[in-house]
Amino acid sequence: MVLFVIFCPIIAAILIMVGAPARKTALAAAVLTFVAALFLLTTFRDGEHAFQHVTSFSISPDWRLSFTTGVDGLSLIMVLLASIVTVAAVWFASAIERYENAFYACLLLISGGAIGAFASIDLFFFYAFHELALIPTFLLIGIWGSGNRVAAAWKITIYLAIGSFILLLGLILLYQSVPVDSRSFDIRALQAAAGLGQISADAQRHIYLLLLISFGILVSLFPFHTWAPEAYASAPAPAAMLHAGVLKKFGLYGFLRLAIPLLPEGARHWTTLLVVLLLGNIIYVGLVTIAQKRLDWMLGYSSVMHMGYIFLGIASAGILGVTGAAVLMFAHGLSIALLFAIAGELRKRTGTLVFDELGGLARVMPFAGLAFGFGVFAAIGLPGFANFAGEIMIFFGAFKNGWVIHRFHLFQIATALALWGVVISTVYMLRAYRKTFMGTTGEQWKQLVDLRASLRVPVTLLVGALLCYGFFPQSFVRMVAPKFRAYLSANRTDLSDTKRCSHGAVRRPLAVADEGNAPQGRGYNTCQIANR
Amino acid sequence: MMRIAAPELEIAVLVLGMVILMVETFATKIDKRILAFAAIAGLAIVLLATFFVVPSPSQDQATGFWSFYTADRLSIFFKQFALVTTIFVLIMMTDYAPVLRDSFPGSTPQSGLGEFFALPIFTCVGLMYLVSAVDFVFIFVSLELVAISFYVLVSFTRRNPITLEAGIKYLVLSALSTAFLVYGIAWIFGVTGQTNLHRIADALANPATNHSAALLGMVLVLVALGFKIAAVPFQIWVPDVYQGAPTPVTAYLSVGSKAAGFVVLLRVLQPFLVLPETQRLVVVIAVLTLIYGNLAALPQANMKRLLAYSSIAHAGYLLIGVVCFDVRAVSFYLVAYLLMTLLSFAVLILVAQQAGEEISDFDGLARRSPFLAFAMLIGMVSLAGVPFTAGFLGKFFIFYAAVLQRQLALVIVGVLTVGCGFYYYLKVIRAMYWQPVDKIDKIPVSGLSRLAISALIIGTIWLGIYPQPILDALKR
Repeated sequence: MVLFVIFCPIIAAILIMVGAPARKTALAAAVLTFVAALFLLTTFRDGEHAFQHVTSFSISPDWRLSFTTGVDGLSLIMVLLASIVTVAAVWFASAIERYENAFYACLLLISGGAIGAFASIDLFFFYAFHELALIPTFLLIGIWGSGNRVAAAWKITIYLAIGSFILLLGLILLYQSVPVDSRSFDIRALQAAAGLGQISADAQRHIYLLLLISFGILVSLFPFHTWAPEAYASAPAPAAMLHAGVLKKFGLYGFLRLAIPLLPEGARHWTTLLVVLLLGNIIYVGLVTIAQKRLDWMLGYSSVMHMGYIFLGIASAGILGVTGAAVLMFAHGLSIALLFAIAGELRKRTGTLVFDELGGLARVMPFAGLAFGFGVFAAIGLPGFANFAGEIMIFFGAFKNGWVIHRFHLFQIATALALWGVVISTVYMLRAYRKTFMGTTGEQWKQLVDLRASLRVPVTLLVGALLCYGFFPQSFVRMVAPKFRAYLSANRTDLSDTKRCSHGAVRRPLAVADEGNAPQGRGYNTCQIANR
Repeated sequence: MMRIAAPELEIAVLVLGMVILMVETFATKIDKRILAFAAIAGLAIVLLATFFVVPSPSQDQATGFWSFYTADRLSIFFKQFALVTTIFVLIMMTDYAPVLRDSFPGSTPQSGLGEFFALPIFTCVGLMYLVSAVDFVFIFVSLELVAISFYVLVSFTRRNPITLEAGIKYLVLSALSTAFLVYGIAWIFGVTGQTNLHRIADALANPATNHSAALLGMVLVLVALGFKIAAVPFQIWVPDVYQGAPTPVTAYLSVGSKAAGFVVLLRVLQPFLVLPETQRLVVVIAVLTLIYGNLAALPQANMKRLLAYSSIAHAGYLLIGVVCFDVRAVSFYLVAYLLMTLLSFAVLILVAQQAGEEISDFDGLARRSPFLAFAMLIGMVSLAGVPFTAGFLGKFFIFYAAVLQRQLALVIVGVLTVGCGFYYYLKVIRAMYWQPVDKIDKIPVSGLSRLAISALIIGTIWLGIYPQPILDALKR
C-alpha cells in the first residue's frame, strides 16, 4: 500500500509524459493517492512506535542498501499532508497555456518525490526521493513562473542543490560513524546503534552541524532563507503550494527523524546556535514580512517566518514541543497551501498582487474572501485551527524546558521572544487581509467573478482538514507521540546510567514514558532540579 | 567451458581492424557504412568473449610476457569498457558520415570513410593493451598506439581550419607529454633499476632507495598522465581540441582516453603510495581541477566547449577517488561517465547537423524532437548528479571515500563545485524546454542511433537505481 502511495503519482507522471490526457490523469492519480493515504490512516494501529506496512527490496548487499518503505505516525501524517496538498494543487492548476502535459507531470513528480522521502525508511532513498523533486520545481518556476522567474529558478536550484549535497555528506558521515559491521542506511538499524551508544559524541556534534546547515538551507532557516520568498513569489501557485506546503517540510521531518533520536549530544551542543537562528526567523523575518508590499512576497516571507516556531519545538527536544512541531508542520502545510492557492487565483483574475492596487475584493469574491480569511486566521494561530494546537504545544514545551524558578533560562527567553512572533504575524496577516479584501472596491475589480463551484472542493478539503485537526488534535498526538516517546526515552537511558553529578548531587532522570503528554525538559538542569 | 586467454582479445581486435582496412582497399564499390556495421558486429563478438576470460591470479612472480601484461579483474573490466565505448563511437560515426563527406570537396561521397571507421578499432586495441599494462615500457608503447591513432582522428576533417588547429595542438602537446613520460620513466628506472611496477614497489619499499629522485620521476610521469586525463594544469589543450575535432572523436577522447588514463594512473601511483608527498600532490591537482573545470564551464555558450570543461570537472571528481585510492569508486564513476557523456555526445551529433553546436541551437528542442530532448535531459541531470541516475551514485561513492578518509578540503570544494555544475548543466535543459523556438522542423533519428541512445538512457537510469552488477564485476 505504501508503495502504491509513492508510485501512483510517479507512474501517472510518466503516463502523462507519454501522452495520457493530462488533467484527468493527474487528478485521478492525486485522488487515488489521497484515498490510499486515508486507507493507510484507517488501518494504522495507534500507540505503536514501530514502522508499519514495511516492504523491502535489497539494492546493494555490499552497502547494506535496500529500498525499504513503511510508515509510522510521523511519516503517515506527512504522507497525508502531501496527498491532501497534491489534490488541492492539481485541482487548482487549470488552464495551463503551454506544455500542459509537462506541467502536470512536474507537479506529480514533486508529490511523488515528497511522499517517497517521507515513506522511506532507508536514508539513501529518503535523500534521493527529495532530490528527485528538485528538478521539477526548477522547471515549474522557470517555465511557468511569473515575474523574475529565471533568476528565482536559478537561485532555488543552486541553493537547494548545495544544501542537499551537504546533507549527503552528513548522511555519509552518519553511516560511517557506527562500527563497520553495523553500518546501514536503515533508520531502524542506526537507531539501534545509537541506542547502544555507538555514535560518539564528537561525531554527533559534527553530523548535527552538517544537518543543521543542510536542513537549514532546505527549510529556509534564518541566514539561509533568501531563496524562499523570491521563489514562492514567482512560482506558479500549484508549485508554491506543493513546495511551501510539503517539500519544505522534508528538512523538518529529517530533523525529527535523525537529529532527535540519533544525535542527542549534537543537539545539546548546538542548541544555543539553533535557538538564536530560529529567533532570527521569527523576529527578523517577521519584521521583514510586515514591510512587504505584495501579497505573494508577504506569503513567501510568512512561510519562512513560521518555520521558526517549528524549529523552536524541535530545539526544545521535549515530548510536548516535538509533538507540537509535528502538528504545526502539518497545519502550516495546509494553511500556506490554502493561502497560496487563493493568491494564485487572485493573480489570475486581477493580474496584480500589489496591496495598493487591490482592495474590497470580498464584496465581489465572497467565497475567496472567506477561504482566505480561514487561511489567515489559521496562520495567525487562532484557536480552532490545527496551527493553534501546534503552536501552543510548542510554546508550553519550550517554556517548560530547563525551567528554574529563580531565573530565565535560554528557552524561557526564546519563548518570550517567540510569542511576539504571534503578534507580528497577526499584524501582517490582518493587514494583508484588510488591504486585499476589505475597504472600497476599486472600479476595475467590479467585474471579477468568484471561485467556480468546482474550485470550492479543494478549498473545503484544506479548511476541513485544518478544522478537523484543530478541534481534535488528540487523534494526531496519539499517532505521533509514541514514536517521540521512544526516541526521547532512548536518549534518556544513557543519562540515567550516571546517577551522580559532578558535585555529588543525585541526578533524578526525568521519567518520560509514564506521563503521557506531560511536558518534559531535556534535562539541561536536572541537577538543580533534583537538588531542590 | 571455453577458455580464452586475455591477450587473444587484443589480437582478435587487431585482426578485425586489419581486415576492415583490407576490405576497404580492395572492395571500392561497396557502401562504406557496411564496414562500420561489420566493425560493430566484430567488436560485439569480442565483447561477448571477454566474459569468458578467467582473471589471472597474482602478479608478483610473473615472468616473460606476463611481467608486462596483467589480466586481472580490473583490466578485463576496462577492456569491456573500451570495447563498449568503441562500439558506441562507431555508431556515432555512422551518423556523422554526412558531415565528413562535406569536408572532402571534389572527391567521391565515400572518400575517407573507410579509414574513419577503421582507426577507432586500432585505438581500441591500444586502450585494451593500456589497461593491462603493468610495465612502464608496455605502458609507453600502448599509450603511443592510442595517441598516434588519435592524431589522425582529431584532424580528420582537415579542410576545416578549426579542426586543423585542434590537430596541431593535440599533436604538439601530446608529443610533449610523451617526452615527459619517457623522461620520468628514465628517472624511475635510474633510481630503482626496474620498469615493472611491482618490482618498483619493492624497490621503493627499501629505505636505501633515493626517494626524492624517484619522486621527481613520478612527478614527470604524472605530468604526462595529467595530460591524458585532462587535469589542471595540463588541461590547456582540452577546450580547443574538443571543439575542433569531429564530434565522435571528441566523445572517444573524452571517454576512452580518459578512462584508460585513470586506470594507468591508479596502477602507476600504487607503488608510490609509500611516499607521503604523492597523495598531497594529487590532492592539490584535484582541487585545482575541480575549481577550474567547474568555474570555466559556467560562461560557455558552445556545447562542445561546455562538455570539454565538464570533462575537466569530472576529472576532478575522479581525482578525489584517486586520492582516496578507491578503485571501485573510480571505476564506477568512469562507467557512469561513459554512459552520460556518450549520451550527450550522441544527441549533440544529431542536433549539430540540423542546427549547430551552440547551446542556443538547442532552443526548443523539446518541440522539435521530444526523444532527443529527453535523452539530453537524462544526460545532463546525470552529469549534474541527480539521484536515480548513474552520475549521482558515482558522486556518492566518491564522496563516501573522501569522507571516510577525512579529506576535508576535497569534500568542501567538491560540494561547492557540484552547485556550479547544476547551473551549467541545467542551462542546457533550460534551452531545450523553455526557450522559444523560431523553426519547428523535426530532427530525424536513424534506427540504430535510436537504439543506441535508448540503451544509454536505460543504462544511466538502471545503474542509478541498481548499481550492484557493476560493483560485483569489480569485486576482486
